[in-house]
Amino acid sequence: MNDISLKDTLKVVGTRPVRPDGVDKVVGRAQFGADAAMPGQIFGATVRSPHAHARIKSIDTSAAEAMKGVKAVITAADLPDIASEEAFVGEGPMNFRDLSCNLMARDKVLYDGHVVAAVAATSNSIAKAAAEAIKVEYEVLPHVIDEIEAMADNAPVLHDDVFTAGVDPKPSKPSNVAKRMEFAKGDLEAGFAAADKIVERSYKTAPVHQAYIEPHACVASYNADGQCMVICSSQGQFMVRAYCAKLLGIDISDVRVVPAEIGGGFGGKTLVYLEPLALALSKKSGRPVRMVMDRVDVFRGTGPTSGGTVKVKIGAKNDGTITAADAEIILQAGAYPGSPMGPACMTCFAMYDIENARTVGFDVVSNRPKVAAYRAPGAPISTFATESALDELARELGIDPIEIRLKNAAKDGTKALYGPTFQNIGYVETLEAAKAHPNLQAKLGPNQGRGVASGFWFNIGGESSASLAVNEDGTLVLVSGSPDIGGSRASMAMMAAEILGIDVEHIRPIVGDTASVGFTFLTGGSRVTFATGMAVCEASNDVVKQLRGRAAKIWEIDEDAVEWRDGAAYPAGDNAGKFEPLTLEDIAAKAARTGGPIAAKGTVNAQGAGPGFGTHVVDVEVDPETGHVTILRYTAVQDVGRAIHPSYVEGQIQGGTVQGIGWALNEEYIYTKDGTLDNASFLDYRVPVASDLPAIDAVLVEVPNPRHPFGAKGVGEVPIVPPMAAVANAIFGATGVRMTSLPMSPPKIVAAMEAAGK
Amino acid sequence: MSKTHVTCTVNGEETEFLCETQQTMLDVLRDDLGLTGSKEGCGSGDCGACSVVVDGRLVCSCLMLGSEAEGKEITTIEGVAIGDHLHPVQSQFLKHAALQCGFCTPGLIVATKALLDANPNPTDEEARYWLAGNLCRCTGYDKILAAVHAAAAEMRGESA
Repeated sequence: MNDISLKDTLKVVGTRPVRPDGVDKVVGRAQFGADAAMPGQIFGATVRSPHAHARIKSIDTSAAEAMKGVKAVITAADLPDIASEEAFVGEGPMNFRDLSCNLMARDKVLYDGHVVAAVAATSNSIAKAAAEAIKVEYEVLPHVIDEIEAMADNAPVLHDDVFTAGVDPKPSKPSNVAKRMEFAKGDLEAGFAAADKIVERSYKTAPVHQAYIEPHACVASYNADGQCMVICSSQGQFMVRAYCAKLLGIDISDVRVVPAEIGGGFGGKTLVYLEPLALALSKKSGRPVRMVMDRVDVFRGTGPTSGGTVKVKIGAKNDGTITAADAEIILQAGAYPGSPMGPACMTCFAMYDIENARTVGFDVVSNRPKVAAYRAPGAPISTFATESALDELARELGIDPIEIRLKNAAKDGTKALYGPTFQNIGYVETLEAAKAHPNLQAKLGPNQGRGVASGFWFNIGGESSASLAVNEDGTLVLVSGSPDIGGSRASMAMMAAEILGIDVEHIRPIVGDTASVGFTFLTGGSRVTFATGMAVCEASNDVVKQLRGRAAKIWEIDEDAVEWRDGAAYPAGDNAGKFEPLTLEDIAAKAARTGGPIAAKGTVNAQGAGPGFGTHVVDVEVDPETGHVTILRYTAVQDVGRAIHPSYVEGQIQGGTVQGIGWALNEEYIYTKDGTLDNASFLDYRVPVASDLPAIDAVLVEVPNPRHPFGAKGVGEVPIVPPMAAVANAIFGATGVRMTSLPMSPPKIVAAMEAAGK
Repeated sequence: MSKTHVTCTVNGEETEFLCETQQTMLDVLRDDLGLTGSKEGCGSGDCGACSVVVDGRLVCSCLMLGSEAEGKEITTIEGVAIGDHLHPVQSQFLKHAALQCGFCTPGLIVATKALLDANPNPTDEEARYWLAGNLCRCTGYDKILAAVHAAAAEMRGESA
């Protein structure tokens, strides 16, 4: 079963069954965060700062508290004042104290939309009216939004206890630059001296929101005995439990978190915003409290990912061999330290075998919402710059963009700038598959161009738990700890069905709450099919072993003399004796007489997630009058290891690609000069709609990962990495203009074309 | 606060409710009638997750007041399936893996059914423009369009 070369023998893995949770979702019965309810629940609302940066002078809650129907009002004074401590609970760096202050401002508000108070009342309308009746007196402070301005000596400083880490000697003055980081190998100077051609350019990206369609929502109850229950939509019920316990100063065993269906996350639901507030309101009011954000709250108060400034320098020989590469990556962290500058630095040259390379990162706070993870955090920003620069270099050298990538491609044995030596990677295979795709034969017309770009993401493993129980009739229940955002229950059941040799319909996969399954790290890092899949396989193999043992007992032969295939026990050869096969159903029916219930658990701390590579090719047409970009055709090739359910793998690639297209063309946070967010709605923050797009041709390349029982690699994050550069490179092809600032919106393209005299 | 008494038809059944003046039809469906299949993604008519059909017309229920429902006939996602039989749009969404998180799915299915009721054989462009008011952040729309065309073919009797 563990021989991943046996693809031809697989019966379930690689097929496309209807997902087990599907019907609930097409008839409107699936329970998302805002659909949950608790008996006697009341309704919460928040008060948010209208200022980008201000000192809180006073909060007067008396009018709100006096309103009929208001049951509780809380401010930061109602939450424990916890100490600074690094948290490894969610995705990306986070400090518990920062997260506490991000939930509810203490002393200072640091961005437009920062929560300062919350209220719970017997109806939504009373709660909203009470929130409006809370009077907050502010002393408005100078603010800074842009990351480069935030690094200036005279910039308003957000935190007087943040000193730039990673520099020697330690600075004597607090700074908005929270950290500097560097990765380097070889000799940059010699590398650039050996180059025949050098391209050097600066790029800028705008912060974008994950823009999951489901706003954050929860219902929470804090009982008189201290037992807490939270039902919410998140990327990790165990993450919510850990944060709630820590931020409220209670034991983890006192908190039970039940995962609702999650309406999209993309990294944005890897931390908490409402749950601890709802628990605090519940404690104070004695009633369960339901809290639901509206879209304006989501834009102002959660996510987004960083915007940034990236300077790139790449040098190559005339034959295309890269001799040196250097990048400086400055990322917005939002109001508290912790941008994804680490992964941004580690990923942007990871596709290439470069002898002399360096990346330097800066983590910069400014008066924006604290950034949250967004699909391959950091990589799309730095890779937009490096893959644009490589395209420019290829064009100047007169080399085909796929050929220059093949020339320098990372292969098995390549040591990455960030440390590891790659094994079993499929980057070259993605380039070859892209080259062979029929879309590359399409003829381009006037104002049309083709762009190529590649991308890398690590993928992670980590801790996961699953349990598998045989029901009395031979069907099974599979419980895992991973919230299912994109169809993972289907792939979990398929892997179990493959091992058990049965139809996938006989397995009912569910996502367990924190009290019904072992600890599982959150759904993120493209880890679920890999790591939780390994836990599922472990449990499945254990159940098969038990089933063989039961058959052996029934037949009164050795367990070793029983083999399991096609969902039944068979004697292993003639020497084992002659017995009719025993099916799962037969053995389940006799379970009580052969040793009791048949069930197993799988727990892993999975290592060896295979890194993912993708290559995208896009054709665009640019309207020279308006600057509008039409995506004509899109080819997204990716090494997926092995696709467990190919439809959902393709779906990850198509969805990630389209998010990247939105990032490339439309999406950005726009601030007024007062530092308030000016486009906090889907009307003004424009995500791609169906009519913006053509078909997205997802091409799966399978270079199996030997560390996974079926060869799976993570697939969810790679596809958002290449699109921005691919689109920019295609726009250059169409117009001869190099776009260096995202989004590449029509006015910017028209301005760039006019400036270039086009 | 005084409430308005409203009588209407929801998914074929005569329905009465009392609503506050400012309550939207989406609030009434979700909070008072227990029909939580319609979702609130934006509350401003931009995302389409709350799509319902009112007297044959596709509308965002977040842009309609509950009190406007008087005498109207309303179909929500809960009224799309016929008994225990999925509508072809629903079964083709499943078959084509046209959903990932599933949050936008009720609105997209209601909107697709309305499209195919009005235009049984839409071109890809017609379908994409019709569905442009329904945001999906997970799928990139590719598989949704495949499901729409497959459902259209099935409803025209061209496939099983």
